[in-house]
Amino acid sequence: MDELVCIVCPRGCTLSAEREGDTIRVTGNGCKRGAEFARMELTAPKRTLCTTVRTTIPGVPVLPVKVSAEIPKEKIFPVMAAINAATVDRPVAMGGVVLENVLGLGVDVVAASALLDG
Amino acid sequence: MRTYDVTVIGGGPAGLAAALSAHGEGAKTLLVEREARLGGILKQCIHDGFGLVRFQEKLTGPEYAQRFILRFQQAGISCAVQTFVTRAERAGEGFDVTLVNRDGVGTIRTKTLVLATGCRERTAKQVSIHGTRPAGVFTAGTAQHFTNLLGQLPTKKCVILGSGDIGLIMARRLTLEGAQVLGVYEAKPTPSGLTRNIHQCLHDYGIPLYLSHTVTRVLGAGRLTAVEVAQVDGSMRPIPGTEEVVECDGLILSVGLIPENELAQSLGVELDPKTKGPVCDGQLMTSVDGVFSCGNALHVNDLVDYVSESGELAGRNAARYAAAPRRTVPIRPSPALLYAVPQRLDLDRDNSETALYFRSREVLDGCVLRVRADGREVFSKRYPFLRPPEIERLNVDFSRFGLHEGSEIELDIEVTEHG
Repeated sequence: MDELVCIVCPRGCTLSAEREGDTIRVTGNGCKRGAEFARMELTAPKRTLCTTVRTTIPGVPVLPVKVSAEIPKEKIFPVMAAINAATVDRPVAMGGVVLENVLGLGVDVVAASALLDG
Repeated sequence: MRTYDVTVIGGGPAGLAAALSAHGEGAKTLLVEREARLGGILKQCIHDGFGLVRFQEKLTGPEYAQRFILRFQQAGISCAVQTFVTRAERAGEGFDVTLVNRDGVGTIRTKTLVLATGCRERTAKQVSIHGTRPAGVFTAGTAQHFTNLLGQLPTKKCVILGSGDIGLIMARRLTLEGAQVLGVYEAKPTPSGLTRNIHQCLHDYGIPLYLSHTVTRVLGAGRLTAVEVAQVDGSMRPIPGTEEVVECDGLILSVGLIPENELAQSLGVELDPKTKGPVCDGQLMTSVDGVFSCGNALHVNDLVDYVSESGELAGRNAARYAAAPRRTVPIRPSPALLYAVPQRLDLDRDNSETALYFRSREVLDGCVLRVRADGREVFSKRYPFLRPPEIERLNVDFSRFGLHEGSEIELDIEVTEHG
């Protein structure tokens, strides 16, 4: 049996997950998102990633960005390296794409701030 | 002199929500912000998790702020940025507020004030760390400002003192940017931050958490070269012989937040020693008639969603304010609670849907919150667990409890299950 802490919301439920053949039985979750989290965490853990990207725009040294969907946990540092290798040289509005399909993961890196909104 | 119905001081999430709701009630509203941009501390909180309660979405701080800033701008509410309030004093039925900005010094008159001044970080001076005064000692918020707004990494190898949420978030953030975080040291036997942050910020990155440990000394001349850490006993005193020197070039402090109420105090607002924010009623009016409080100035929140909610409540009631004598009853939390907000109820106002916030003093398993009015239990709620870092919010209909002048409301927690 595995014990996990749910990170979906600030409640932070303590979850117990037990493998029963092909299925995973989850208890301790306050809502169904907790059960989904536990199953994912034990099979293919994913995380969101929020960071900044350098810009050449005066007064805005860095722009907050995030991935458009969760990425595999082990891809966090490779995606960080890709973002840190990039430079934004024209205004990107909030939600606008900074890096498309980053590392072929099927998710984009998008602006998460209105700093460069027109 | 310009006159307003409601003047909101502070343009963070509490102030933005307060100004929007005051404006929505038809009040002539002014928002005063000392920085160039609205959004308050959310501007530098680039991580996500904001807005889960309000929008059922995981937003970053800047995204959450932008939703309110857009509505604020569309509403055409008067706003003075890069403007500092140096004085507020009673004048007739309202207040005169002295403002300083690039145009000089000016005064406006307002019927009511909403104080949305947020909180401040406890500094190294306030936790008495011995040693020299080298560069490299930062509060977590300052480190966050450097990293997320200026794009400059303030440390390559650091120790974090205190397990507050900003410290945990910064442990992850600095690690992502290539810094080495040697450990988070917490003097208390339990973490101060949210459990999920212990997991997603520390465990995910293999950053150790040392409970019942503190930093006792900083070393280094120009720049920090090391810190001395030690175990502490039950009363948080360092245990002789347990000292250890940890080499690092940065010490990040996440040792608590204190509501900012200098202006409130200058107006004679009574503060609650537990929250360090104003004593308020269910409408978030302070002890001074016409002065309202919200957000982290009222008490330190862990969710911005609740900050916005309190801003809306304070703004709406400031807009509806009409001077009248007040009859209030106290809400008294027992020692099992760290604090409760509001601290009292105004008998002549609507108390049928009072948002009651509280924190337990200790980590508790199965327990029951009991509300008593004049010794009689009027409300109870069961909790599977309570943790001091995680605030609880309840809606309570106090109008049903037959409250009258001289009544007293008590809050208590009864443990039903031992873990």
